[in-house]
Amino acid sequence: MNLLELLTEPLSYEFMLRALATTAIASVVCGVLSCWLVLIGWSLMGDAVSHSVLPGIVIAHILGLPLAIGAAVFGFLAVGLIGLVRSTSRVKEDAAIGTVFTTLFALGLVLVSVTPSQTDLNHVLFGNLLGVSRSDLVGVLVLGVAVLAVLVLKRRDLTLYAFDPGHAHTIGLSPAFLGGLLLGLLALTAVVALQAVGVVLVVAMLVIPGATAYLLTDRFSSMLVIAPALALLCGVLGVYGSYYLDTSTGPMVVLAQGALFALVYLFSPRRGLIGTRLSARRRRRRLAARPA
Amino acid sequence: MSASVEVSGVTVHHGEVLALDRVDLTLHAGRVTGLIGMNGSGKSTLVKTITGLLRPDSGSVMVDGGSPARARSRGLIGYVPQSEDVDRNFPLSVRDVVMTGRYGHMGPTRRARPADRAAVDHALERTELTELVNRPIGQLSGGQRKRAFVARGIAQEATILLLDEPFAGVDKRSEATITRLLRQLAADGATVLVCTHDLHALPSLADDAALLMRRVLVRGEPAEVLRPENLALAFGLDSWQEQDR
Repeated sequence: MNLLELLTEPLSYEFMLRALATTAIASVVCGVLSCWLVLIGWSLMGDAVSHSVLPGIVIAHILGLPLAIGAAVFGFLAVGLIGLVRSTSRVKEDAAIGTVFTTLFALGLVLVSVTPSQTDLNHVLFGNLLGVSRSDLVGVLVLGVAVLAVLVLKRRDLTLYAFDPGHAHTIGLSPAFLGGLLLGLLALTAVVALQAVGVVLVVAMLVIPGATAYLLTDRFSSMLVIAPALALLCGVLGVYGSYYLDTSTGPMVVLAQGALFALVYLFSPRRGLIGTRLSARRRRRRLAARPA
Repeated sequence: MSASVEVSGVTVHHGEVLALDRVDLTLHAGRVTGLIGMNGSGKSTLVKTITGLLRPDSGSVMVDGGSPARARSRGLIGYVPQSEDVDRNFPLSVRDVVMTGRYGHMGPTRRARPADRAAVDHALERTELTELVNRPIGQLSGGQRKRAFVARGIAQEATILLLDEPFAGVDKRSEATITRLLRQLAADGATVLVCTHDLHALPSLADDAALLMRRVLVRGEPAEVLRPENLALAFGLDSWQEQDR
């Protein structure tokens, strides 16, 4: 089998095409959003929101509402509860996050266990890329494009919010609004991403691409291109890898992202572990060789 | 002489802790005011109250004859944050940071127009940062980074500049550059407030000074405010001699 056949053979199955399309959309949206999450330090918040949407999704499923609405409601509920616990008790933020999201996630699991359903709600937990239906894909596409459009249009304000909310406030912008916007988009993105990798692994897609891009550039505008591009590459590699190795698809996508992060962490020319060690050694040699 | 910032009887609590106690302070256009006090004396709290980030429990703040909210929406207030409030590893260039000063002048997507670029170039020139325009802020010295934030205020066309500890972690040469720059801006009509615990910088920098320890202990000319008996009130005894060493 030559390379072309390797690449085209999976595409003869419609379920593979849908899996690739879903992965591609989720990867790009998550990749872009991850740039802000990584820089603000909201990785744990990404984990919290993506887990907390589970009960919302199950309830929306029971009521026959769009899943995105249930997810958004519970995403905001989680953020609100975390803020409430942190600001009105002596519990610190990480403990507040850990308490709120695990409780909501557990509520979601309980609801899953008592909800009779045609589509297996367990797929929400671990993703079911190969079982994405046509209507699922349309939902992902609509939501993904909407989130991406807002992110791209408001990117400069969001970056200012991440960098210096004090200045944003001083020039008449509302940091509270921008933070809320980002959290709302995070909740909607979680809905997109869980179609691909499931609730449990969404946080990987929300953190790893941004973290990887951060090691490669000193320009935020470049991060916004590099992160989704790398995420897309990993998404495609993961889907193909799972096809040929006969392994589960969502986790393969995340493994590809983790492996790429490891490569960049080691070999990135300016920020990589090896590059910085080498240039430090060269600097020491140069100084040692210099006549006193 | 018109008052561009008028703080009257402002009291602020952080939870149960009294942070500002009936503070009166007037800032005038064309003058540099030095706000002196120890860490925890309420300097940052006062700045945040002037910008409206904190709401006073009692008392009032007027900026340019109106509320802080009105001044914010008109882009009148430029703010230079403390070093520890800035993420130095944030991947932005000097131009990126200075350009954020223009956001209030731009449309909803903050796309830069030629007038915005011209304002940024002008601000970079005044702060002598033109050659560093593409440098990531993480690769600047402490003084250069401070100047970048002052440039942001200039690009913003702010008439009121609030600087929180602009000399912390800044070498002597940059300190002189920043001092000269702030004097020029005041000469052009700006209102400048500098929070600092660097007493040596004050006489060459400020026209007015106020000594803060939750409340304003002394106000007046810098030489008057810096008299040892006054400093003893704000810093404890011997602080002037210690800084002299």
